[in-house]
Amino acid sequence: MTSPEPPENTSPKNGRSAGGSEVDVASRGQLLSLRGITKNFGPVQALQHVDLDVPEGKVTALIGDNGAGKSVLIKTISGIYPPSSGQILWRGREVHAHAPRDATELGIATVYQDLALCDNLDIVQNMYLGREETRVGQLDEIKMELATKELLKDLAVSTVKSVRQLVGSLSGGQRQAIAVARAVMRDSQLVIMDEPTAALGVSQTAQVLELVRTLAARGIAVILISHNLNDVFGVADRIAVMHLGTLVSQGPIGNYDTASAVEMITTGASSRVPTTVLDGD
Amino acid sequence: MSTLQDASPGPSATPTAGLGPVSLAKQIRRLWQGESGLGPILIGLAALIIYFQVRTSVFLSAGNITNLLIQSTIFILLGMAEIWLLLMGDIDLSLGYSAGIGGAVAVILTSAKYNWPWVVALPLGVLFCVGVSALLGTLVIRLRLPSFIVTLAGQIGLLGVLLFLINTQGNTGGSLPVQNGILNDLVNGDLTPLATWLVILGSVGLLGWTILRSERRRRNAGLESKPLWWTIVKVSALLITGVALALVFNTNRSTFTDLNGMPFAIPIDAAVLGVGTFILTKTRAGRYIYAIGGNVEAARRAGINVNRYRLLAFAISGFITGVAGLLYVSRLGGISSGIEGGQYVLYAVAAGVIGGTSLFGGRGKMIHAVVGGIVIGTIANGMALINVSAAGLYMVTALVLLAAVVVDSVARRSSSSTN
Repeated sequence: MTSPEPPENTSPKNGRSAGGSEVDVASRGQLLSLRGITKNFGPVQALQHVDLDVPEGKVTALIGDNGAGKSVLIKTISGIYPPSSGQILWRGREVHAHAPRDATELGIATVYQDLALCDNLDIVQNMYLGREETRVGQLDEIKMELATKELLKDLAVSTVKSVRQLVGSLSGGQRQAIAVARAVMRDSQLVIMDEPTAALGVSQTAQVLELVRTLAARGIAVILISHNLNDVFGVADRIAVMHLGTLVSQGPIGNYDTASAVEMITTGASSRVPTTVLDGD
Repeated sequence: MSTLQDASPGPSATPTAGLGPVSLAKQIRRLWQGESGLGPILIGLAALIIYFQVRTSVFLSAGNITNLLIQSTIFILLGMAEIWLLLMGDIDLSLGYSAGIGGAVAVILTSAKYNWPWVVALPLGVLFCVGVSALLGTLVIRLRLPSFIVTLAGQIGLLGVLLFLINTQGNTGGSLPVQNGILNDLVNGDLTPLATWLVILGSVGLLGWTILRSERRRRNAGLESKPLWWTIVKVSALLITGVALALVFNTNRSTFTDLNGMPFAIPIDAAVLGVGTFILTKTRAGRYIYAIGGNVEAARRAGINVNRYRLLAFAISGFITGVAGLLYVSRLGGISSGIEGGQYVLYAVAAGVIGGTSLFGGRGKMIHAVVGGIVIGTIANGMALINVSAAGLYMVTALVLLAAVVVDSVARRSSSSTN
């Protein structure tokens, strides 16, 4: 399958064959690059030769219908599913993330839909869960509380009344904000958000999208999975479209409009936007 | 994001937006709800005390108060053991018989026949309980079995072990007497009146100093802190309770001889309460136990070794159970094959729940078991004093337990809908 390729739509030619950990030329300047990532579950091919680039400080929206492979893709990036074949390049160097911890160490944080918050703990306790500050063996609550306040202020999360509120008493948007803030606190350079606005009302959605922009402004790369194209066009810098396990198109947001995005999500191609070349197909 | 980590703490740190001055009423309500949710049950306890005192003037006599606290000790300690499991959404039904065996081990080893020194025998009894809890915990964790069933099997099996142990001691008629002075004194011995004052005032002083210091630290760091008057009220209340208790304990309880001073069981309870509360609130282990009870998946994803901390909680629970067992045999003056380990463990769960601990994990405190245990002890003690039959006692205890669960569930619903 070949088609004309616009200059901005990245399409590395030889990513899969580049062996070892030598720097991939095409991935230069990218924070994360996937090259020919394939994932099989038995006979089922969930991902087929996915080449994805995620630049620093940009919001990349990952869109696609249910079952298109978005979730498998982010789980591959975050180390939950090791890829069956293909390369993952982090700042141009090949990395092997076999476990979520490996991805976390690289600086990849994933905020899943369930947010993984403990409702019975307060905001500070959730922010620091698993990496508490201690002072002579005791939890240093004051240090953690000050840093949490500072971070929430930096991220312009201004709707929570007190950082000692139980997370269970927060609204959906606030919970999302806390989960994201926690990812940021862990020195993440790439934050993956799975449907962050799915269950939110209008004003809370706006708050979360604003937070996404704040992250990008801080130089953090964001991969945003969303079904809501309004959100995508409101916040993303780049779009990557998945269809039946393949990445059918990616590029700057300006190359797409709602109609072409919907067309690609449903059919895997659009008459108006050229698809990415997937060599070898 | 080093800039975040380096954020210099200081008084200039401005509070999160929206954190304005709070009205006094709201502040009081928050303190009320925030203070471990003990409010409703303390009112209930006060009502019980007033009722029994009206019915019989003996109820609030020094002798009876001391007796009541001793009676409650088994519920309090087993309750404090159970809290660690309830916090994770688990339960241990075997604690009653485990305690019985721990006590039996101490009784047997210190008996005239073996005559081991108490410094070895008593810790061995406790260690036995730690081992039992760790074993059951390992089964629950490794085989991913429900703790309810595993510990139910444990309860039945441990009763068998207890009978076996007692039978090994020859024809004893099903009971073994305590033959060691120290073991006997755990409950029946008292501190001298002077030591009573020193221990109580020392504890109050330590606690008060801790509270004041932590509030001052928060204020100095520019963080929202409780108003000064609240801290003063709290510390004063502690002091008044302590002085009242010391006066009660130091009143002569016997008409024939001099019997005064605080029974050893009380500082033992207090030590378990203090150390347990410290672990739960000030250490990572405690934080992780709450996290596991709140959302085990979140805990796992935060990198917490869930299995290790679950096992730790089981072991700590076993340790407290062992202490309960020692005090239990001390109070009974021996160990008998007829102990109601199954019933005690249910009272232990009830003590925690009455105090405000959730059966579903994630919410609870050591102090809940103390207050709940005292409530159960108060009902048992008061009902006996006003000559209510056992039938009435059980029914009233059931009602209190039900009321506690209802209050808890209503409180939770209202607190989760406040947003």
